[in-house]
Amino acid sequence: MVDYLISKYNYWIYIVLMMVGFYAMMGKRNLMKKLIGMNIFQTAIILFFISTGVKKGGTLPVFMEGATRAADYVNPLPHVLMLTAIVVCVSTTGVALAVLLLIYRRYKTLEENEILKSIR
Amino acid sequence: MNTLQTQAVILVVLIPLMSSYAIPLIGWRWKGSAYFIALMAIGASLICSLILLSSVLTQGTIHYHLGGWLPPWGIEYVIDPLNGFMGAVVCILSFLVTFSSRESVQKELPEKKVRFYTIYLLLFTGLMGIVVTGDVFNLYVFLEITSLTAYALIAIGEDGAPLASFKYIIMGTIGACFYLLGVGYLYIVTGSLNIADLAQLLPPLYQSKVVLTAMGFFVIGLSIKTGLFPMHIWLPDAYTCAPSAVSAFIAPLMTKVGCYVMIRIMFTVFKPYFSIELIPVTTILSWMAAVAMIVGSIFAIVQSDLKRMLSYSIVAQIGYIVLGVGLANRAGLTGSLLHILNEAFTIGCLFSVAGAIVYKLGTSNIYQFNNLSKKMPLTMAAFLMGAFSMVGIPPTCGFFSKLYLIFGSIAAKQWVFVAVLLISTLLNVIYFFKVIEIAYFKPRELATEKEKEILKVVYANGGSYEEIAREATPIRMNEVPLSMLIPILIMAAGILISGIFYFKIIAKVIQFAIPSGI
Amino acid sequence: MIIQYENVIIKTICRMLIPFIQLFAIYVIMHGHYSPGGGFQGGVILGASFILLVIAYGLEESRRRMSLKALTIYASLGLFLYSGIGALCLLMGANYLDYAKLPLPISSIPTIRAMGILGIEIGVGIGVMAIMISIFLVIASYETGGENG
Repeated sequence: MVDYLISKYNYWIYIVLMMVGFYAMMGKRNLMKKLIGMNIFQTAIILFFISTGVKKGGTLPVFMEGATRAADYVNPLPHVLMLTAIVVCVSTTGVALAVLLLIYRRYKTLEENEILKSIR
Repeated sequence: MNTLQTQAVILVVLIPLMSSYAIPLIGWRWKGSAYFIALMAIGASLICSLILLSSVLTQGTIHYHLGGWLPPWGIEYVIDPLNGFMGAVVCILSFLVTFSSRESVQKELPEKKVRFYTIYLLLFTGLMGIVVTGDVFNLYVFLEITSLTAYALIAIGEDGAPLASFKYIIMGTIGACFYLLGVGYLYIVTGSLNIADLAQLLPPLYQSKVVLTAMGFFVIGLSIKTGLFPMHIWLPDAYTCAPSAVSAFIAPLMTKVGCYVMIRIMFTVFKPYFSIELIPVTTILSWMAAVAMIVGSIFAIVQSDLKRMLSYSIVAQIGYIVLGVGLANRAGLTGSLLHILNEAFTIGCLFSVAGAIVYKLGTSNIYQFNNLSKKMPLTMAAFLMGAFSMVGIPPTCGFFSKLYLIFGSIAAKQWVFVAVLLISTLLNVIYFFKVIEIAYFKPRELATEKEKEILKVVYANGGSYEEIAREATPIRMNEVPLSMLIPILIMAAGILISGIFYFKIIAKVIQFAIPSGI
Repeated sequence: MIIQYENVIIKTICRMLIPFIQLFAIYVIMHGHYSPGGGFQGGVILGASFILLVIAYGLEESRRRMSLKALTIYASLGLFLYSGIGALCLLMGANYLDYAKLPLPISSIPTIRAMGILGIEIGVGIGVMAIMISIFLVIASYETGGENG
């Protein structure tokens, strides 16, 4: 059991990070903190993906003299896919910040319970 | 040799994409041109998608390799009958709704027109991209384009729209991240991202836990995007508070494209026997759909705002479509696909009518709809047609899709679903006929002092209530402008035509669109 | 929020560093197809250099150097470069983004494909730079009533 925990430590780290982000999205009351929780959630997923491409003894996926077999390089396809995911993450944060500005302009606060009280 | 026919697959996505960058440049100088560029781009996509549908029905599946790279090393766009059908539905409906959007955008958002149409065209590009692509990661990119532009468009409404949009952002991002996790798991075990390739590589691996987890992530993530109960919480607020042109565009299309992605993942990437027998995903989905049908209708009965009532009705209708997917026999999927076509026209018509009523009256509170049948007769006739289709009265299309769903439930020997279908039809009747009663049969109550004077005089001379109501203020016909009225009437006619010719549609298109193996 | 900071050290250092940051950003864009980097990353660094200028010198400086109108034009032009190269491949008779058929006077196919990708990365870089700067400017000028246009 213990070596199951230790040998796959990277997956446990990403699970913890993902759950931290998820808790922040659900449990916190300030809208800005929810947004940061969403960012942490997406970052954890990106890290998880990249870690699946690692090989034992592999090096950076940049062409070098002297390393010609495919087994010498870390798998570059997850890196490319995660570039796209990072762009999506940044765009979502941009849109969410703009929406938060609109909310602040309307309700003068970013706390969820105060906003709900002012609606009722 | 490049002809329109060979390149129509990419033009369907490329023309709206390039037009959406052209709108800020041209619209800086001529502000009124944004609407026309958007309309022309969607029209060009419509022509391309009709060409695609006709060629896929005659020649079989079309493959298009982006960049000249063969799959599985390159991205591939695949059109089979299911794709072609969805693409045609999305394009036709987008064209009609965009045609009617000019007046309402001019009234509600006059100074933001250019940027509005930019984001609007990007939303359309995303929808067409989801429909056309044959690569799971490319689908994620287009899914996020669709979602991001929808968040931005919904947030510019009034009265609580930014908060509704923020709720939608949080929930939609969770859904998309779960979809991304599913794609990642499939990539880890197979090394491929192409749908056809995955369908070949996965069957030996069906017992591994990674594939089971991937299926779980896909189903949950896509249920959030589709708005299936109990992940529908973002839906009513988002569709109510959005501007009228945006609701009429997003409501019929986005959730149905989510259902299409669900069909694609469950029956094309994974073979049907995996989704039906190995893990009972279809059983779970059909039970959630049954609850969605009842809950959506019950919530819709108590609403007093027309758009909110229609949003809860959408929750129920998504239940119908996912029930068809969950039954997973030929009749069930036929009913499901026919219901997608029905929903596109019906919900487009109903939300456009709601937009027209907001344009004229300024409010969408149901209890102020008195005498609408005299002020806006054609619009309310279209509403009547839409209501009949939602309830399921022949010969509108809604009756035939529900009939096929009932046949599917009987074939699968699930009598509970037959009962649920009939009960929810009755519940639909309640809330739609409430609106029809107020609009058609309840004359306006007299309120002002002058009118009460006239009331006393005429009553003393023996007049009836209807005469008094007519005499106090003559009610003149005050219809919406033609550019809003014509698409509403075309959509209402579409409901009727697709109902009368339902058998031809099923025999020519839908029969081939059902994924193989069912 | 963005007031002019009365500090000589920060202004001098920013003035000295920003050209080098921009040079590095162009390096990252150009070497994207065989080393870490690419269009998006270089575009973000270019945008960050301009944002550094705005933070050090105040918001008025940005209106002098780059108006929102110019940013919209840059964004659209960058994205047109991207899809224009793809559409050029369509016109030359191949599929979308098939760089092998571009009309360049180079003989070997891999080099033409590399040049095609380079063109696309430059377009993406310009577009991303414009969008990063415009996000920052719109959010930063919120308190003064927001930009119009």
